[in-house]
Amino acid sequence: MQLYIKARRFAAPRNDGDLGIRTAMSFITGVGLTSYGKHEGSSSLDLMSKAAAMAIADAGLKRTDIDGVLCGYSTVAPHIMLATVFAEHFGIRPSYAHAVQVGGATGLAMTMLAHHLVEVGVAGHVLVVSGENRLTGQSRDASIQALAQVGHPDYEVPLGPTIPAYYGLVASRYMHEYGVTQEDLAEFAVLMRAHACSHPGAQFHEPITVADVMASKPVAMPLKLLDCCPVSDGGAAFVVSRERTGETGILVRGCAQAHTHQHVTAAPRLSELGAEISIAKAKAASGVAISDVRYAAVYDSFTITLAMLLEDLGLARRGEAAGRVRSGYFNRDGEMPLNTHGGLLSYGHCGVGGAMAHLVETHLQMTGRAGNRQVRDASLALLHGDGGVLSSHVSMFLERVR
Amino acid sequence: MSEKLTDWTSGAEAIIYQDCAACGSHQYFRRGFCAACGAADPVQKRASGEGIVYATSLVCRAATPETRAHVPYNIVLVDAAEGFRMMAHGDNELAIGDKVTARYRQFAGRLVPYFEKVK
Repeated sequence: MQLYIKARRFAAPRNDGDLGIRTAMSFITGVGLTSYGKHEGSSSLDLMSKAAAMAIADAGLKRTDIDGVLCGYSTVAPHIMLATVFAEHFGIRPSYAHAVQVGGATGLAMTMLAHHLVEVGVAGHVLVVSGENRLTGQSRDASIQALAQVGHPDYEVPLGPTIPAYYGLVASRYMHEYGVTQEDLAEFAVLMRAHACSHPGAQFHEPITVADVMASKPVAMPLKLLDCCPVSDGGAAFVVSRERTGETGILVRGCAQAHTHQHVTAAPRLSELGAEISIAKAKAASGVAISDVRYAAVYDSFTITLAMLLEDLGLARRGEAAGRVRSGYFNRDGEMPLNTHGGLLSYGHCGVGGAMAHLVETHLQMTGRAGNRQVRDASLALLHGDGGVLSSHVSMFLERVR
Repeated sequence: MSEKLTDWTSGAEAIIYQDCAACGSHQYFRRGFCAACGAADPVQKRASGEGIVYATSLVCRAATPETRAHVPYNIVLVDAAEGFRMMAHGDNELAIGDKVTARYRQFAGRLVPYFEKVK
């Protein structure tokens, strides 16, 4: 009981559950992550199972302890009931299970849901899992085409846009309004690659320069190949529990979402995008200020995504995120270490699992297990996910409690 | 709902939008109601085709053989004079803020709106 009372000191005030003895809370108790890149011969279920087994073992739990399952989707193996397909395959019989689909924000949206599920007592240990053989299971064309369908079927898709084009549109406008340059955007790719170089599981380990990014093949201008995340195979999982299972607790301090549109044609102006709304709500829900944050895990499907989100979240002033990259602010040993595993841009992007790797890395940092990537202080972390074309946002604060 | 006007999405050389008589909102994606206030039967109108470029992205990597035949092609968001925003194609040289007018072109077997700079 002592543990809970101690933890409660950190948690934002809210209604006491459990007869007023403790405030309901949730903890990330275990994480699992495969390498990203090519997993020739592995199915989506194989990659999900591998990551799930790692996360359950990491939490010190048995698979029979898992009574809730939330999973993402697989574009390679679409199914209307993926959570139960997975549960049967993995060999568990949860009392709560379903899939969640919010594009790139799915991982954090599932974590937010798991947090609330364990808070109210629907489940004690929720397994959040995703994995996809997106690289070897289908052609790149098929991936690009499948993803482009987030566009409007009548008013956008017939024009032949791609996901990079949707973000390229946003990038052109952002650069126009805030004086950001292509060289500025390139800095984010260089930083993510530098971080990936120290993670053995990352898809890319060759250092790159701003000149390399600038010289890479044009994809959807102003975005070039190295401004874009790759397509990867991989799996990620974590366990969200009502009670901590180890000495160090990684507490979900607070989280919030915002959804302003689906299609880029219908997006609000840049100053009214969802990241600013969700971070404001998450701050209010948790009582955390940006100045309290020690580690940042921010969605980086493209360099422009990362640049915009850092500024929307308040981790840099408008138009100044690239300057902060240049000054080392987001380095592993900088003031605000960012995506120290290399992010989507260089660790890799296997769909829903892509952004879940950000949370796995955050957990390793917060529990002092990041090895040669370990940062000085990751006691409080901000995570942010984005789905669609800056359509769906989830902001979350995690706090270490002992 | 009033009779459906045809636009480029069904092969006609026209851009159609909807005006809400109740709240005055404009919307581009066709619906049987106003997405801003919920009122039924927004009025369909034919747009002038005049507008200003809001954003551009020159697509150099396409995903299908049909679209690949056209690369590079410029995807643009245009703020129409009537107050709605739309996606279309446009001249590769278009820049944000350019005044443009709509033409139509064939793209991957379909008719699409294509914006040119107003001289």
